[in-house]
Amino acid sequence: MSLNNKPSRQLNRRKFLGDSVKSALGIAAGLAVPGVLSGCGTKEIENFFQKHFLELSPAELKSLLARLERENLKKYGKSTVVSAKPAMPGVLFGYGLDLSRCIGCRRCVHACVKENNQSRDPAIQWIRVLEFSKEKGIDFAEANPYYCAPGSGAGAADSSNKLPAAPPPQLTGEQKQILADPVSQYPLYKEKETEGPGCKVPRPEHFYVPISCQQCENPPCVKVCPVKATWKEPDGIVVIDYNWCIGCRYCMAACPYGARHFNWAEPKLPSEDVNPDMHYLGNRPRYRGVVEKCTYCIQRTRNGRYPACVEICPVGARKFGNLLDPNSEIRYILEHKRVLILKNDLATRPKFFYFYGL
Amino acid sequence: MNQHIYSAVTAIGLFLLLTNVKPAWAESLESASNSPPVSDGIQTPAPPLSPDYFPCTTCHEKGKTNNQRRQLKTDHTDIVFEHDEKNRWCLDCHAPLDRDKLHLASGELIEFSQSYRLCGQCHGPTYRDWKVGVHGKRTGMWNGQKNYFLCVHCHDPHSPAIKPIQPFPAPDKPTGKPFLLGAKNK
Repeated sequence: MSLNNKPSRQLNRRKFLGDSVKSALGIAAGLAVPGVLSGCGTKEIENFFQKHFLELSPAELKSLLARLERENLKKYGKSTVVSAKPAMPGVLFGYGLDLSRCIGCRRCVHACVKENNQSRDPAIQWIRVLEFSKEKGIDFAEANPYYCAPGSGAGAADSSNKLPAAPPPQLTGEQKQILADPVSQYPLYKEKETEGPGCKVPRPEHFYVPISCQQCENPPCVKVCPVKATWKEPDGIVVIDYNWCIGCRYCMAACPYGARHFNWAEPKLPSEDVNPDMHYLGNRPRYRGVVEKCTYCIQRTRNGRYPACVEICPVGARKFGNLLDPNSEIRYILEHKRVLILKNDLATRPKFFYFYGL
Repeated sequence: MNQHIYSAVTAIGLFLLLTNVKPAWAESLESASNSPPVSDGIQTPAPPLSPDYFPCTTCHEKGKTNNQRRQLKTDHTDIVFEHDEKNRWCLDCHAPLDRDKLHLASGELIEFSQSYRLCGQCHGPTYRDWKVGVHGKRTGMWNGQKNYFLCVHCHDPHSPAIKPIQPFPAPDKPTGKPFLLGAKNK
């Protein structure tokens, strides 16, 4: 998993396993391990023999985090802080999303990308905003995530299978400004937001359901992982150790919400876009061949802050808090509003609650 | 017997009225309605007042007003008023004699930064939800200091329905070409 060596010399867990099998066919299995490792430096061997995250001693964890920070500095020329802050006691995170408020503006999608160091090319987005027509209701077969895309007219669902005429547009300067300073989007009704040509949301007779990881209490993705690279933390966040993931993608097949994303290519992240506030289990840069997903912005929420999507949402549709605190916003929602969870019949018990605030 | 009780109650009531002595519960009720209803921790960004107009008293002289309900013909013609327009007009919210302030139904003058109290007079359930952080937006700490946004950050007070806005870019569509071949960028 070294980031810095040439590809021909790179050794990761998957390649190692493959090579071992090949070698074992020809020579004694006992000789295969030193044979494969003989081309490595001490650093690579250190990376390779890293223990499982949950079994690291405090000293080992410290040196691991320091190593990741060194790698980040070398790769992005930017000093970063990689934390491994554990869960707070007495906290179980829950999320609320007000379906009667969401207007489908996708600001959460891009605030998430910025906060969590997602690959910009190929673009990986942890939040997917689905558009439904009010006439048909929540029918996932009819969902359209590409509304208001260029080259698809007004973004009608019937054209969603056609290829876009132009590549997807980059963020405009104004949009970047909103991401950098969410308060600058107010008042929401100012002219530059509402006037002018182009597709506007909410489109008439449509409603929007943003979907990301539902942070299940009974997560099917965790059950299927053959190497225990993903697990549920004590505060309820399902996390992935990117150094332990072998990229088998069983978890993606198991997830009923499409919440997990695979790094098919080496993630591209311009160094000026790197968010230096990182968490080992969250937004540190990922590698090619690993799976990633929403972590409720673990680097923010374990320090008491709201997730980035909550802070950017212009209409306040997104709510976050501690399910074990009877005075929290999320508990108020569960006790007073009409709440639904997605795919209730699968018994995944999501901690992501959709509700109607009206 | 009942008569005695009634007369005793009336006497006490009269006594309270005449002497202007208030029981303790009345005191606490009153102070609750006077102080900002949200605890002191409440913080909002400054209200989005247009610098072209505010302070209003540069034009509207304090202490003078035209109370006649009318269509504005010369000034403020850019304001589209769609907020119970059949029953409301400017001075139901704007203080007639001091235009830098708003007024509640009780006549109490309030600053623009407390406009949520004005809105809450009619929109009770929404106001209740806003105070607990369920309607509208909060930023800051989920377990500590929170920033509230005012009603008027999202809703134009003269035309409160949320206006459609431009969305951020749509996700990439699958292109259909063999992805790994194009992305071999190691």
